[in-house]
Amino acid sequence: MSAGINESTRVVVQGITGREGSFHTRQCILSGTNIVAGVSPGKGGEKFDGNIPVYNTVSQAVEEDRANTALVFVPAVYAGDAILESVFAGIKTVVCITEGIPVHAMLKVKRIANTFNTLLIGPNCPGIIVPGTGKLGIMPTQIFSKGHVGMISRSGTLLYEAADQVCRNGLGISTAVGIGGDPIIGSDFIYWLEQFEQDPNTHAIVMIGEIGGDMEERAASYAKAHISKPVFAFIAGRSAPEGKRMGHAGAIITGSAGTVTSKETAFEQANIMVIRNLALIGQTVSENLSLK
Amino acid sequence: MKLHEYQGKELLQNEGVEIPESRVAYFPEEAWMVSMNIGYPVMLKAQVLTGGRGKSGGVKKCRSAEEVRQYSRQMFGSVLTTHQSGKNGLKVRKILVEKAVDYEKEFYLSFVIDRNTATIALIISKQGGMEIENLSATHPESVKKILINPFTGFLPFHARTVAAFLDLWPKTAEIFNLLGKLYRIFVTKECTLLEVNPLVLTNAGSLIPLDIKIDIDDNALIRQKEILRSRDLSELNEDEVEARFYDLNFIKLDGNIGCMVNGAGLAMATMDFIKQAGGAPANFLDVGGVATPETISRGFEILSRDGSLKAIFVNIFGGIVRCDKVADGIIDATTRHHISLPVIIRLSGSNVEEGLKTLKASRKNFHLVTDVEQARDIINTLVNN
Repeated sequence: MSAGINESTRVVVQGITGREGSFHTRQCILSGTNIVAGVSPGKGGEKFDGNIPVYNTVSQAVEEDRANTALVFVPAVYAGDAILESVFAGIKTVVCITEGIPVHAMLKVKRIANTFNTLLIGPNCPGIIVPGTGKLGIMPTQIFSKGHVGMISRSGTLLYEAADQVCRNGLGISTAVGIGGDPIIGSDFIYWLEQFEQDPNTHAIVMIGEIGGDMEERAASYAKAHISKPVFAFIAGRSAPEGKRMGHAGAIITGSAGTVTSKETAFEQANIMVIRNLALIGQTVSENLSLK
Repeated sequence: MKLHEYQGKELLQNEGVEIPESRVAYFPEEAWMVSMNIGYPVMLKAQVLTGGRGKSGGVKKCRSAEEVRQYSRQMFGSVLTTHQSGKNGLKVRKILVEKAVDYEKEFYLSFVIDRNTATIALIISKQGGMEIENLSATHPESVKKILINPFTGFLPFHARTVAAFLDLWPKTAEIFNLLGKLYRIFVTKECTLLEVNPLVLTNAGSLIPLDIKIDIDDNALIRQKEILRSRDLSELNEDEVEARFYDLNFIKLDGNIGCMVNGAGLAMATMDFIKQAGGAPANFLDVGGVATPETISRGFEILSRDGSLKAIFVNIFGGIVRCDKVADGIIDATTRHHISLPVIIRLSGSNVEEGLKTLKASRKNFHLVTDVEQARDIINTLVNN
């Protein structure tokens, strides 16, 4: 698949010297990702692990090392600024792991990323993984076997759980992407449905949604009109009370909007197979597909 | 973070918005004194962080000092149960005493974040005083949504659109002025909701916000210091505060199966699973990515305080969280606090072997399961015992 991560991906990690940034940079490298530079304001000139150049700004990483993708581990109050730094430096794909970015900041960040045609994944997400090629994110690499199921999820650990089940049932993953649990996020279900439809390596799609907003409902009508591949869906939050934020800033039911029922009904009307049992995600997908 | 009506009105006043004279009272005598200063009739409005106050006796109009004396006594200390308050309701500790206003018309107005378009949506309706969700379902033509680009802010043409839709054309300048101020509050205080319901047109011809509901983005509180300082601690659940202290994301619910999970999505899905298995989830608890044996132990302790629990279900998919740390925390908590509740544990992912080894070596009576499905029958049996 061309979006997200591929052979020409050259990554700059923003916040590479931090606790999270340094740990996950090493994990990304182990999974095969081409990390060419890091940014850590004030630490320009250093080398990360002896060989990856660290710069003060993203522009330097673009000029010196032709970075075209950014992975952001910067703390929440500075993360919006970090994303914009990459967008204005000409980076075309930005993956933001950071949780807790204020929503008013994200309103503006998202609109600018759109204007510059930058693909923004997240924030508040586990990132993206293409088993066998690499990952831009924090997911445990070992559970993702190579295969032909594409996965899109608002939640991180629920993505791991579902991917683990899919792989234990003899299938594998083409690409898995966590789009993030915030109200304002970059790429959404529809964007990735479109990518998976075009990707010859993906034969089926699993969507993992949750309460809040109407992104799933809109994805359902898009899928009905544009997706020919089999699509499965799981929605979390049927036992959540109205008006309480369930961990994710975006996971909140307000009135009748954003409920599990509304989303599942939309999926069923779009001929998407709805999975209601958390324990049977992998088995259901496997039983309904003959691909191995 | 939800603000009380009186806190919202303070923000309005600071921005120069005209509102009826009002003051908060903390006991009946104070309400009575305040009402005499303001002059009758006055409204007594219970300050509790929930919607639906009017329908549950939380708002009373009083025409005399005698009525204030009578109703404020009834209201203070009473428990309001509304459709949003949870079954235990909320205790009334504060009352806003406000000059009653005669008005001709009432309208609905709110600013919210519009997720799909990454704009700020202004929602207006001619039908004030009603709940907007019901209204958009039954009379969608009476509700209008105006999308505002965060880079341009609230502009004169937005005000003209509002005036035309609400049949308030002669009031266009006043609308621009008032809504411009409300928009400024929404942006500078980083609100996720600013709802004025109703906005009224008084007999004297002014547009006045009568009630206001404000939600501040929790993620912005770090830089909204003034708002944070005004937080009403008496409205917080003690267990939820303690959990937050240990970096645990915890929400108390009414149920019989406690649960401890890593990640918000998996936590929600686990709650759903408990319900499908015949139990009722007693909480939402996401231990997050930085869980240590200490935070796990504290979380376990908080869960086990709920006397109505029949079991605790631990569902961990180790990634950043390591299963051995979780196991250490569970053993620490169950040993230290002599917890005898049945505990169902499902560990998967990072360091699962070490974690299981620790749990088995403890010789405690845990129900260890290797996948979620195996927990179904155990939950069902424990609930029905």
